[in-house]
Amino acid sequence: MVIDCKHVWDAISGYLDNTLAPEVREVVQKHLEHCSICSAVLDSTRNILILTADDRVFELPAGFSERLHARLDEEMQASSSP
Amino acid sequence: MTDTLAENGEARIIAAILAGQKDLFHDLIRPYERHVYVMTFAILKNEADAEEVTQEAFLKAWRALASFRAEARFSTWLVSIALNEARGRLRRKNQAPTDSIDETHEDGTPHVSPALLRDWREIPSEMLERAEVRSLLRAAIDNLPLIYREIFLLRDLEELSVNECAATLGISVSAAKVRLHRARLLLQKDLAPQLKHLNPKRRWFPWS
Repeated sequence: MVIDCKHVWDAISGYLDNTLAPEVREVVQKHLEHCSICSAVLDSTRNILILTADDRVFELPAGFSERLHARLDEEMQASSSP
Repeated sequence: MTDTLAENGEARIIAAILAGQKDLFHDLIRPYERHVYVMTFAILKNEADAEEVTQEAFLKAWRALASFRAEARFSTWLVSIALNEARGRLRRKNQAPTDSIDETHEDGTPHVSPALLRDWREIPSEMLERAEVRSLLRAAIDNLPLIYREIFLLRDLEELSVNECAATLGISVSAAKVRLHRARLLLQKDLAPQLKHLNPKRRWFPWS
């Protein structure tokens, strides 16, 4: 079975999560081996997901943790048990 | 696996808290503070709202701790509480009209085509030291319609399984896969061309 690039793009997310049916994965894998465009789409998607999920992308506001735990303390003092 | 070890540890901490060692709740939630904040921030797009909703979510978790059932992961339980709080806040602020329009088109949305490149030079994570790169990534996440933002956060930031994402969002596993796929390709489409221009080999020395 031969598939075109469009079908490979549709399978990118499943390929990354390893949720494709084995026969589909094999066909996609074969296509990726000789198609530089689809390989670049796969590599860029994987790379971008790693970057966007990095802890440094979103910063916690200064004092966030202190305020959170102080508020929890107030609540915990007020109630005898959770 | 360490996950299992952590979960066993958590189950013990939760039992101890319920038995009266209230202060342990601080330790229990410490590993999740950041994740919960990031998720509520990405949904609400506002620091003050996200902080308040995060606090509310942890207070809710505290009050409801006795109802936590060990068959769920504590982190998953916490994330659903936070997600509900954030959605509730969004509804009250009535900020969702554009997002709900997107939702009605879910099945009719045409294929998302990725940005096409001939080659991809890996962007190293050190690039995240640059504020410019971080804000590029934040803007791309911000621009995702809510239904795609949610699934992306749950799967790729919170690292829930696709099944857990589906359960948390109350959608089918196949719908979760479709949304996740679109979310990821939308990010690729938006970000790949922009990031490609940031040649990691080139260095800027703004102070020179």
